[in-house]
Amino acid sequence: MELFFSQILDGLSIGSVLLLAATGLAIVFGLMGVINLAHGEFMMLGAYVTYVVQSAFKPMGGVIFELYFPVSLVLAFLVTALVGVLLERTLIRQLYGRPLETLLATWGVSLILIQLIRSVSTAMMLGIIVGVVIGFFLSKLLGAKFSEKPFFTYLNGLGWAIAIGLGLIAVNVFDQIRPLSKAWFGPRNIDVTAPKWLQGSWGAIGGIELPGLRIFIILLSALLLLATFWFLNKSVWGLRIRAVTQNRQMSNCLGIPTDRVDSITFGIGSGLAGVAGCAITLLGSVGPNLGAAYIVSCFMVIVLGGVGNLLGTVLASLLLGIIQSVIGSGTLLTIFPDMPLAAKGVIEFFATTSMSLVLVFIFIIVFLQFRPNGMFPQKGRSVDA
Amino acid sequence: MKLFQRLVPWILLAIALFILPAALDDFRLNLFGRYFALSITALAIDLIWGYTGLLSLGQGIFFALGGYAVAMNLMLNTKSLAGGNGIPKFFENYGVAQLPFFWQPFWSPLFTLIALWVIPAAVAGVVGWLIFRNRIKGVYFSIITQAALMVFFHFFNGQQKLFDGTNGLKTSTTELFGQLVGSPDMQVWFYRLTVLLLPLAFLVCRYFTSGRFGDALIAIRDDESRLRFAGFNPVPFKTIVFLVAGALCGISGALYTVQSGIVSPQYMSISFSIEMVIWVAVGGRGTLVGPIIGATVVNYLRSLVSEALPEAWLFVQGALFIFVVVLMPDGIYGWITKGGFRTFLAAFGIAKKSNTYPQLDKEAIPVD
Amino acid sequence: MAISETTLKEVEEMAIKEINDAGGVKVGDKSYKIVPVIEDGASDWPTFAEKAQKLIDSDKVAVVFGGWTSASRKAMLPVFESKNHMLFYPIQYEGQECSRNIFYTGAVPNQQAEPAVQWLMDKFSGELGKKVYLVGSDYVYPRTANTIIKEQMKALGGETVGEDYIPLGNTEVAPIIAKIKKAFPDGGIIINTLNGDSNVALFKQFKASGIDPAKYPIMSFSIAEEEIRQIGPEYTTGTYAAWNFFMSLDTPASKKFTADFQAMYGADRVTGDPAESAYNMVYLWKNAVEKAGTFEDLDKVRTDMIGITFAAPQGEIKMFPNHHTSERVLIGEAENSGQFKILYDSVKAIPPIPWNQFVPETKGFTCDWTQDRPDAGKFKM
Repeated sequence: MELFFSQILDGLSIGSVLLLAATGLAIVFGLMGVINLAHGEFMMLGAYVTYVVQSAFKPMGGVIFELYFPVSLVLAFLVTALVGVLLERTLIRQLYGRPLETLLATWGVSLILIQLIRSVSTAMMLGIIVGVVIGFFLSKLLGAKFSEKPFFTYLNGLGWAIAIGLGLIAVNVFDQIRPLSKAWFGPRNIDVTAPKWLQGSWGAIGGIELPGLRIFIILLSALLLLATFWFLNKSVWGLRIRAVTQNRQMSNCLGIPTDRVDSITFGIGSGLAGVAGCAITLLGSVGPNLGAAYIVSCFMVIVLGGVGNLLGTVLASLLLGIIQSVIGSGTLLTIFPDMPLAAKGVIEFFATTSMSLVLVFIFIIVFLQFRPNGMFPQKGRSVDA
Repeated sequence: MKLFQRLVPWILLAIALFILPAALDDFRLNLFGRYFALSITALAIDLIWGYTGLLSLGQGIFFALGGYAVAMNLMLNTKSLAGGNGIPKFFENYGVAQLPFFWQPFWSPLFTLIALWVIPAAVAGVVGWLIFRNRIKGVYFSIITQAALMVFFHFFNGQQKLFDGTNGLKTSTTELFGQLVGSPDMQVWFYRLTVLLLPLAFLVCRYFTSGRFGDALIAIRDDESRLRFAGFNPVPFKTIVFLVAGALCGISGALYTVQSGIVSPQYMSISFSIEMVIWVAVGGRGTLVGPIIGATVVNYLRSLVSEALPEAWLFVQGALFIFVVVLMPDGIYGWITKGGFRTFLAAFGIAKKSNTYPQLDKEAIPVD
Repeated sequence: MAISETTLKEVEEMAIKEINDAGGVKVGDKSYKIVPVIEDGASDWPTFAEKAQKLIDSDKVAVVFGGWTSASRKAMLPVFESKNHMLFYPIQYEGQECSRNIFYTGAVPNQQAEPAVQWLMDKFSGELGKKVYLVGSDYVYPRTANTIIKEQMKALGGETVGEDYIPLGNTEVAPIIAKIKKAFPDGGIIINTLNGDSNVALFKQFKASGIDPAKYPIMSFSIAEEEIRQIGPEYTTGTYAAWNFFMSLDTPASKKFTADFQAMYGADRVTGDPAESAYNMVYLWKNAVEKAGTFEDLDKVRTDMIGITFAAPQGEIKMFPNHHTSERVLIGEAENSGQFKILYDSVKAIPPIPWNQFVPETKGFTCDWTQDRPDAGKFKM
């Protein structure tokens, strides 16, 4: 029994990591219909923010250093939310109503973010700033003169191409200066140290060890879920978001600024990814590829739970977590020791981490045969629901 | 002019068959062979995405299955690679004494030639039917194919005892007709084989996209509900086209494997399958020439950029995704055939604009 | 390039720069400067094979230095064999391989894993019993190394109570911790062959679930100074590692190597076994080329490579007829500073045994490329 409960606890903690990662995606996908394949990279950004905050707090030492984690949670949310809003304003906005195209474009964004984190240096940052400033300047300058002309689009494109070229030259020039060319993070993984109060065990109940950071992550994901729930259902902006989700044109007619609603929704979704990334630094490694490990599982959670339903997301992530932990550790064999030999063989075959993942995915595909729209399908009368 | 247009494909084929082998060194020729092999995959994706509107992110499954089929056969039939008990050496590392049962039929070259496209087709048929009969479509289809990809990836990756796990199977040192598969002579033959199979794949795709079947596919892409209301059942159409695409990917994977010398679970990585989609997008989806251009151009670019500046490739690739999706939704070939070049010249007053309906020209023409 | 491969590239560039600054490689009466061509395998095995092919066919290089995981070497091996070219591989690996076209400058199990297991048994078996739990990444090195360790444990009269594999890059280790606690409720010996990112997850989560290195001694085969910096020293303190070189090795050659590296790449950088091995291979190649008097005739270089020695940072090493080098064996305990305290030192270099003598399938086999026989890569002694 004790084993059973510790398995459930493990499952809950795996599930809560999934939940943390998937909540933001559920909002963006469920409410806006946008497939954001860069979600994992937003998590990665959150993790790097944590690293930066930690490095800034390190010299202070002592009690203040122990407090860096709450600060980085907040900052991770803010920074990734900002990046998310920026992305929505520039790119996602162009692609509403074309989910497959959004999927490809956000994959492109994720590749750029990964490489950016690997190779960003002061020189590169300066170069990007130079490029963007020149680009805006040129398009303003050209626009003032030629905006009516038929070749303006191409000229504008040429202007940006020149700006990118100059930006690249600037990067190379700044790169010559040794202190500027040092990469901020580099392609290597970086070390984020959990504060002391999260590192060890928080005691034991009935012989089951309670790992501090696991409990912390479970609490954090519950708290964030409540906050999201409150925001969507009780706040003014939440009301507006729900209105836009249900009927965009009507909301627009009634004076809801749909533009800003989109930005805010996407910003919050991204911000939650940042918080998830911050929490993940406690568990595993922090590197440019951090996002890739989570993105597929997150989408699975959402498809399994039903799109646009937070309760479904919660249940799905916990269910997947528990399956993964019970199967992966082969506990079934200990709980039911006298199983027929064939069943035993099957369970042993799947009792490795790789194979438990295989089983989880198969489970989802089979489940969708019976409930194609997930556990809690969206109600509606549209044929394309 | 008309005659010239009809001759173009033949000229291209002749260039690929005779001029490229003479002009390029062994390594570059081998790379082109790979690009053409990948072009077959691009054609398959165009068939299901460009024509039928099904964005599959799991074509890597079928690609890798084809590759594994051919690699298994080559490894079994090479004496120098066999260990003490006559089976490939890598089994010894994991203490496997007996050949797993599903390896047995791959002793036969004939079986392998059939299996390398029948097995992917069968898997695609089953997976497709399970998904389509539940009316799962759009992004859900994409996500589920991606999940299926992960199943296969983890399975092949985790099963060292069955497939040598992460290492994958190598073919360069295997023998075919008494020659090393990795030797330059054999590679030239594989190149020729690829160049001949690519037009065949093209014809297969043209067969499926023309006529009534092709009309049904386009109807599914543009408005599936209406097709349903008109009394058609789209499920068989979608299943068949997904199955055909699976078979093509299998062939492509087999050709790619013998030319790259390795098949590994990495062919089933998420990123590789998404990359395949971008080849089609860059070349021009909904046309059959586009994917071939796209696969060749993007992969050539990849080789060039990653050789000159290894760090820059991800930037370029990411920018390519965004650029094509936002600014060039018809791809290179679509841009040219839809008069993009003419409009470009017209904007600068070089070519004459044909103003059929001057009053409509001011209005934006919707892309979709 | 993933976790620590970049360091190897840097250290190879350092060796090349040193050689070039000292006048280059002397072939006959001429001196040649080494010009590196750098390709990135992007941790993707097919890419490794493609880039290897490019280096040989297009760039016409004289030799290739590279590879990190065993899978990357296995992907390149057929390319080098079918083109009869030359590869130097710097990482400690599982053995059970002996290619005419590859020179291995990292340890094989009898130079790392086997002495480490022996040492663990000597030190802990009284208290914790002759039992081990094996944790590894799911690919060829951990799988094969663990097969060897299991056979060795059998030979020592001990027992392997469990083994577990995590897919590369996976960070969820909770089920494995559950299994370890089930197998060892009150402590036991864990042997860790995880590669890369999963190590970080393993050590962080070990600590959180109260697995204390004092009760659960952990021996790692893939964690050097560089990895410790990424995991965080506070998580690894008290765990053990076996290598052929530690940055803390107190000899003039070792100190000079680290000082040179830090002068070139920054005082905050660390060296370690893989870096040292990558450094050695460039010099071994240079010495062999100078002896052979050619870098183009690969067969001649290959023959003259046998018996070449180099005064490496760890001490003198020698290339054996089986294309592996002799290595000094060190076992260290990770300290809070991120460095290792050396607890065991073989002092003299141990000769390599690529075909493992504990595993029944390869027992009695050996490899000797100086012999003129078709099966020189693997034959019965």
